[in-house]
Amino acid sequence: MNSNNNYRDILQETVTKKYKKRLFVDKLVTILTVVCVVAAIVPLVSILLEVVKNGVSAISFEFITQPQGSIGLGGGGVAPAIQGTIIVVGLASLIAAPIGVVTGIYLSEFAKEGTFPNMVRFFNDVLTGLPSIVIGIVGYVVIVLAMGSFSVLAGSISLSIIMMPIVVRVTEETLKIIPHSLREAGYSLGISKAKITLFIVLPSAKNGILTGIVIAISRIAGETAPLIMTILGTSLFFTGITGPVDALPLRIWRLASQPYESAHAFGWGSALILILMILALSIGLRFLAQRRSLFK
Amino acid sequence: MFSFLVFGAAVYTLLMVGLVAYSVVKGSIDIFSYEGIGFVIQTNWNPVEGRESFGALPYIVGTLISSAIAMAIGVPISLAIAVFISEIAPPRIGTPLSFITELLAAVPSIIYGLWALFVFRFWVRDLIEKPLYDAFHGYLPFFAKTPFGLDIFTAGIVLAIMIIPIVSSICREVMRVVPNSQREAAYSLGATRWETVRVAVFPYVKSGLVGATMLGLGRAVGETILVTMVIGNVIGPGAIPTSLFSQGQTLSSLIANEFNEASSDLHLSALIALGMILLILTMAINIVARLLVKKKVKVSSGAKSE
Repeated sequence: MNSNNNYRDILQETVTKKYKKRLFVDKLVTILTVVCVVAAIVPLVSILLEVVKNGVSAISFEFITQPQGSIGLGGGGVAPAIQGTIIVVGLASLIAAPIGVVTGIYLSEFAKEGTFPNMVRFFNDVLTGLPSIVIGIVGYVVIVLAMGSFSVLAGSISLSIIMMPIVVRVTEETLKIIPHSLREAGYSLGISKAKITLFIVLPSAKNGILTGIVIAISRIAGETAPLIMTILGTSLFFTGITGPVDALPLRIWRLASQPYESAHAFGWGSALILILMILALSIGLRFLAQRRSLFK
Repeated sequence: MFSFLVFGAAVYTLLMVGLVAYSVVKGSIDIFSYEGIGFVIQTNWNPVEGRESFGALPYIVGTLISSAIAMAIGVPISLAIAVFISEIAPPRIGTPLSFITELLAAVPSIIYGLWALFVFRFWVRDLIEKPLYDAFHGYLPFFAKTPFGLDIFTAGIVLAIMIIPIVSSICREVMRVVPNSQREAAYSLGATRWETVRVAVFPYVKSGLVGATMLGLGRAVGETILVTMVIGNVIGPGAIPTSLFSQGQTLSSLIANEFNEASSDLHLSALIALGMILLILTMAINIVARLLVKKKVKVSSGAKSE
């Protein structure tokens, strides 16, 4: 009897001991994950603080309306880069958004399964994963070499190759979750598949697709590498679609590698403008989406 | 008519892939006929006309090492963040946190680069590298170089910061497909939260997590501008790092640095060939990653419908 009690005590003791240890490990892991979360947020806060702090002092009316002044002395602004970013990214979106959406429609509405659509999906994923600098090489070899000069066109086409697969992906995913009953209602009225897609399915997926397009645009607006080998960057305003042009990311890179304080200040200013442009784009979209739903 | 149009758009995707392959191969023919396979294993890099000699080995090594550092730092942190958001934090904290990580993913890499060059590298140099150097430089060759702040170690850390949002949000997505019954079963056996994550969640989505990691690796390997700004940019045999604090060079950073200054067609062709190596590397990584992520999600969505 006595020994039995003893056993129980010992057992109890080991179990409690182990349990305490397990609880301790659990606590430790929880704390570790919190530490990691904080460690990831610190850079974000620092980046935003630095960009705002250093950027605000650089920005003035002159900064956003004038071309760059003489190197080293400062003065002037980055207006050609702002203009160039809008033109190159705008043109790229005009190419990539329609083709991307239509490809997404193909994958979701016209050919769900089969070898060919699977191949398209696979290569679309491959395109998404390609480093942007490789895409820049495409623009260089196919367009810059053929036309004999760095150009807006080469930059836009390169960026459109980066943007398109993202749009395809989002469109397909969004269309997939549109309830099938909507399409069936159309069929039962004898409407053709093209019209159902264009006038029933697409409008109900509009917000999702638009969000995807905006995400894709903000992604390419910050791209630098492919622009090095396609638009080159100049300190002048837009001269034509076949001439070189400047862009904000490219300008930031060039400014950062100069040894002058004034150039660095300009770099921070350009960075703030780039972030503000991307922010404005997504806020504008949200506003648009909300107003639409109010009208409904 | 309409179905013809949508088919055409799908063909356009394939066309673009073909275009990528075509231009990279066409651009690098010159250098491969000049150097042969030696291009991949040599260490010289001399664009001076008449004495041209190009070898990509140091930059392949630089790419692999900086990405490895990024992975070593970034993956555990990403995983921890994903676990915290999806398993530990209440939605009240988790939702804004996932929003913040998504925000980080939207910051252009040029801005990470600017911040790294003017702010973060001094943190790395003074807070991490100096102490490590002071403590170990006598015994460990890893740390045997006076830290400067612009080196492969800094590049690796900044790359890690860049991939954390991406990797952690994919990990979170993957972990979300684990059915709750898995977790409940573990809890009902008296498991603590960490034990539940370890025995019920991780094994269920192992391949998905590996896939997420590899997608991050693909990003790190291909990232250009950020690396160019902090890695120190040396060329030739000296670009093979001898310690963590050596200046280095990656495939993509060398392309970015020299493309506009390339003096001859051969030099250009060598740079494009670096792009081809990069292309093959990232394509292999990405294909494996996608297969892993996809497999997991398919299996689990099948399990859900049962």
